[in-house]
Amino acid sequence: MEREYVDVVIVGAGPAGIAAAITLARAGKEVVVIERGSFPGSKNVFGGAIYSKPTEEIFPEFWKTAPVERFNIEHKFAFLGENYGTVLGYKNEEHAEKFNSFTVIRSKWDRWCAQQAEQAGAYIVNETMVTDLIEEDGQIVGIKTELEDFYARLIIIADGVNSILARKAGLRNDFESKDIALGVKEVIKLPKETIEDRFNLEGNSGSIYTILGNPMNNMVGLGFIYTNLDSVVIGIGVSLDDLSDSEKKTYDLLNELKKHPTIRSLIKGGELLEYSAHLIPEGGYKCIPKLYGNGVMVVGDAAMLVNNVHWEGTNLAMQSGKLAAETAIAALKKNDFSENTLSLYKKKIDESFMMKDLKTYRNVMSFIKNNKKIITDFYPAKASEFLNQFITIDGIPKRKKYFSFISSILKERKLSIIKDILAFTNIGRSILLK
Amino acid sequence: MSKNKKLIPENIDDKLYTVKYNPDEKTHLHPKQDDCVTCIKKTCTFICPANVYTWDIESNRVLVGYENCLECGACRIACEKQSLSWSYPKSGYGVIFKQS
Repeated sequence: MEREYVDVVIVGAGPAGIAAAITLARAGKEVVVIERGSFPGSKNVFGGAIYSKPTEEIFPEFWKTAPVERFNIEHKFAFLGENYGTVLGYKNEEHAEKFNSFTVIRSKWDRWCAQQAEQAGAYIVNETMVTDLIEEDGQIVGIKTELEDFYARLIIIADGVNSILARKAGLRNDFESKDIALGVKEVIKLPKETIEDRFNLEGNSGSIYTILGNPMNNMVGLGFIYTNLDSVVIGIGVSLDDLSDSEKKTYDLLNELKKHPTIRSLIKGGELLEYSAHLIPEGGYKCIPKLYGNGVMVVGDAAMLVNNVHWEGTNLAMQSGKLAAETAIAALKKNDFSENTLSLYKKKIDESFMMKDLKTYRNVMSFIKNNKKIITDFYPAKASEFLNQFITIDGIPKRKKYFSFISSILKERKLSIIKDILAFTNIGRSILLK
Repeated sequence: MSKNKKLIPENIDDKLYTVKYNPDEKTHLHPKQDDCVTCIKKTCTFICPANVYTWDIESNRVLVGYENCLECGACRIACEKQSLSWSYPKSGYGVIFKQS
């Protein structure tokens, strides 16, 4: 029996896989997307927001029909101590019109994206698990599922953070626990009006919180809050290494966060709709695997393309999917699917802002890990302490307060303060200069 | 207070009650029990966000409540002995996220 080859098989119907599929389908290529969940999005979890501009490149005017929850107009940063907190926020109504970022519920959003790809001509096969790649003479030529084999001129691996296939293709080693964070989140149902009152919002505008400090002090971790139309998302992402060392459970840390005085009133009286968990690749630039091989490319989380400094995951997934699809189109034209031809994908990624950004931040995670105590605990606490003294009138002369504040830092950090200054200068230099 | 507790539960079993699953009859998670016996830290028993793994003193083995697995993969990476045979559940089985 003669084998039937399609142009491209994509494994995974998440943002990376679908962006690749729609780009290929629009160019008239035959593309099949294979998804293990019962529908696209059913296995997917993320923090909460997607950036609009990269989304528009794939789905022009998406806001007209897509299931968007809220367009974010405010981003707050909360630095939490044990029973106090400092909150800084930036709010800009223009973001409601210019759509900087928006929240979605993945089971709805991913399904909508997949429908757009189907309308463009892609085939989506749900509820099918890809178990292995088919290799012949050093070239990947197809995939194995539990039921049948599929052959394709090209395979795009978009099977997510755990990417069994990228490892099977020999493109990637398994990550170490230092390069990965575990995220847990809870979606809490609240009336639309209550959310708008508590977050100071109108209409379909939304608000984001990024949370540092308690209860994740001395751990590399962040808390987050996002607003949906009639639910609030609260969660944390903590380095797997630190969870392992501390022997703390993620859901206990999240329970603690929900009780913090700065946070608890935001979700009071709500009802838990769903609890979920997911891994986040945090290794950045130094962990990006080989992105292509003979007959194969890897995109999105599977390629560990996440910029955690700016909460960028879904947009890097979509953009890498698009660049892989463009490379596939060029390869199909040449009818050459060798590693050599597919190296164009790596070139495109390197030239894109995503790799430039990842390179800019290449030292950030090690900086945070090496200075965990001062970044997640000591200096944020000092900033709050300063504010506390500034707003408290208690009969102590102000100059005395300032001096005792400065001396408390010197007393606690001693000569380490020079080390701290050096560490901050070095990371600043590595971000701004070469 | 008790009302709030009920609506946003702190207990992991109550949290997991909100998750929809289509559980397979067989586990997709296979710890190597010989390694588990000599494992001191037993990281899987606290790293798993769905509390899938519990150490049973009587039988001297790790019990696997795979039905509650959220398919994140933390156990696989955190396993100090690197001896957890891990895969996703078979096609159509496992967790079905609706709100995340």
